Amino acid sequence: MSHPPDTVKPRLPAKVRLKWDDVRQKPLLLFPEGVLVLNPTAHEVVALCDGRRTIAEIVKTLGEKFGSDLIDQDVKDLLARLMEKGLMTVAD
Amino acid sequence: MPMETPRPYSLLCELTYRCPLQCPYCSNPIDFARHTDELSTAEWERILTEAPALGIVQAHFSGGEPLLRADLPQIIRRARDLGLYTNLSTGGTLFNEKIGTQLRAAGLDSLQVSIQDADAENSDRLAGGAPSFAKKIRAAQIARELGFSLTVNVVLHRQNLDRIEAIISMAEELGAERLELANSQYNGWALKNRAAFLPTRVQVEHAAHVAGAARQRLMGRMEILYVLPDYFEPFPKACLYGWGRVFMTVAADGAVLPCQTAREIRGLKFDNTRRHSLSEIWFESEAFQKFRGTGWLPEPCQSCPRKEVDFGGCRCQAFLLTGDATATDPVCSLAPKHHLIDEALAEAGSDAGKKLVYRTAGESLRLGELQVCNATVKASQPPSKK
Repeated sequence: MSHPPDTVKPRLPAKVRLKWDDVRQKPLLLFPEGVLVLNPTAHEVVALCDGRRTIAEIVKTLGEKFGSDLIDQDVKDLLARLMEKGLMTVAD
Repeated sequence: MPMETPRPYSLLCELTYRCPLQCPYCSNPIDFARHTDELSTAEWERILTEAPALGIVQAHFSGGEPLLRADLPQIIRRARDLGLYTNLSTGGTLFNEKIGTQLRAAGLDSLQVSIQDADAENSDRLAGGAPSFAKKIRAAQIARELGFSLTVNVVLHRQNLDRIEAIISMAEELGAERLELANSQYNGWALKNRAAFLPTRVQVEHAAHVAGAARQRLMGRMEILYVLPDYFEPFPKACLYGWGRVFMTVAADGAVLPCQTAREIRGLKFDNTRRHSLSEIWFESEAFQKFRGTGWLPEPCQSCPRKEVDFGGCRCQAFLLTGDATATDPVCSLAPKHHLIDEALAEAGSDAGKKLVYRTAGESLRLGELQVCNATVKASQPPSKK
């Protein structure tokens, strides 16, 4: 799995929506013909993917919040997986 | 049921069984023409209003041809106002700038246009009725011009699989974000045309190879979903991700189905939204409870390590091929009736030149009548003496 460069600014494509599911009390990614239930960490990451922050900035923000050195790899793995599924894109 | 009953994520709204097309692999029930009493706008709005509390987060609108309903923008707007993700599946022939703009304003999230083949003449022949290919292409173009996220859907089978490369190029040229290449599922109408549509293994493997390479090449631009035909797989597909677990379908007349094809299962009774709430039907109706979970599974499924993976396969297929909806899906290589699949594959292509059975109201009534007659004959026979 190849990682996107640190300098890109990830965002959700127009067809994908992040939604808080009141019934299940879980964050969901909604897209054509599918639903992805996010874990709390993935939710934190996706919520920061607004097309304005770079991956480096997202990693830094989460590092400050959670103080773990594993975050860098986790964030990039997650973003690469979402991009592979067409559920994440990058801002121009 | 060992655990709490799961809640549905997705509601399929089959707004009408009417359609200008006549695809011979349509997923509507064979007897669709008998169910003409369509739900009203107010009834659909009530159904959608009930959906979020049940756990539903997505509403898919299909048909028949959903664009035949003048209230479609209103219904979609209602779904969006309720926070539902909305997806529309259309044949495209009735789509134009005007309705597209209305749907865009209503908040439609995603649009799916079905095309039968990349070859215009063959696409027209497969769809039946008036020529439709040019209108479908135009619909896809308009959808992109209006800024929709576009999925192109092509049902694959013996009579178009050899054009897989052209089909992928077509979707690429149309600017689709997603291409759904679903091999035909041989239930309902497609089962009537199975000998004409079942592909060869060479075709299937070639197409899988081409689709796989295209997926790599187009990653990030166009997502390609290739659904293998289950007749060629060693194990059944996880049909619906489990019966009564994720999906719920409301048919044009308000019947609530675990699966859009479930009406093919004779003897299974479906409750109607005109008399019961979605929640009552999901949690309490006979149809939804019948095959929920794994407790009902027969052997060899019951002791199979894959039972939580595929849930015994497709109930409609089990019923249509074996006459018993509780049987192991015959596509499973471990199924007692797997020989039915081998026999079908041996016959494949034998009807390739034969006239297709098109999904028309006339055929629906004729075939539906035959089904009723057969059932009546069965019911009127005295029980066999032992």
